Amino acid sequence: MPAGTLYRGREGMWSWVAHRVTGVLIFFFLFVHVLDTALVRVSPEAYDEVVATYKTPIVALLEYGLVAAILFHALNGLRVIAVDFWSKGPRYQKQMLWTVVGIWVVLMAGSLYPVLGHAARELFGS
Amino acid sequence: MSTDTTSAIGPVEGGGYDVDNPAPYIEAPRKRTGRTPRATRGNFEMAAWLFMRLSGVVLVVLVLGHLLIQLFLDGGVSKIGFAFVAGRWASPFWQVWDLLMLWLAMLHGANGLRTVINDYAERANTRLWLKGLLYTATVFTILLGTLVIFTFDPNIR
Repeated sequence: MPAGTLYRGREGMWSWVAHRVTGVLIFFFLFVHVLDTALVRVSPEAYDEVVATYKTPIVALLEYGLVAAILFHALNGLRVIAVDFWSKGPRYQKQMLWTVVGIWVVLMAGSLYPVLGHAARELFGS
Repeated sequence: MSTDTTSAIGPVEGGGYDVDNPAPYIEAPRKRTGRTPRATRGNFEMAAWLFMRLSGVVLVVLVLGHLLIQLFLDGGVSKIGFAFVAGRWASPFWQVWDLLMLWLAMLHGANGLRTVINDYAERANTRLWLKGLLYTATVFTILLGTLVIFTFDPNIR
């Protein structure tokens, strides 16, 4: 860890940490995602074969994690913009973070069935 | 240009002092004078900062729309296959959507990782190599993705 840095903790720092971590994860996924999509230029079979692995229960869980990372990064990104451009943004940054977390929890609960439903049916039968 | 405007300190010898002006006049430290060197850097960091916010707003719409179509509607991931891709890229609207999303997301992510490298890689050499790797991978991925969108052939077989 670089010396001389001052981490203040609390909502401001931890939302910044989470924004970094989710951003890096999403960026690494994006590389893989462009490569797998490029298989449509190889052959329909090559593409369908790789996409078939994306439909397995384990990868479905990873997709749920991807949705979690993207939703947080998107919502907190809008909060960062509000902090930077809205005159009262810095004053309400904590309230806005908890609003982000609240919306995120609701959306993640709503995503359970659409994203993981097919995996549950495969694992536990329909 | 006279020395009055280029010097940071007014003439000391030769007076100018009186009861109302007991000390030499010192200009504000940051005042731009004829002697101030021209800026050697542009406003790249400010442009990058602004780009992150502008592209971020657009990406919220593009990426969440993409996720909704690919992972949530019509059976979610189960429906995805070559035929589904061919159906969507038959429309110029989705081609432009995906092209814009590719470019903005890659540049947004690359700039984010550039910031992370600058923050944590302490040796200049490490920064150089990590950023070289980052820019190479970014250019390759943007070009590959662009090529795939523009040369997609639904009748490849």
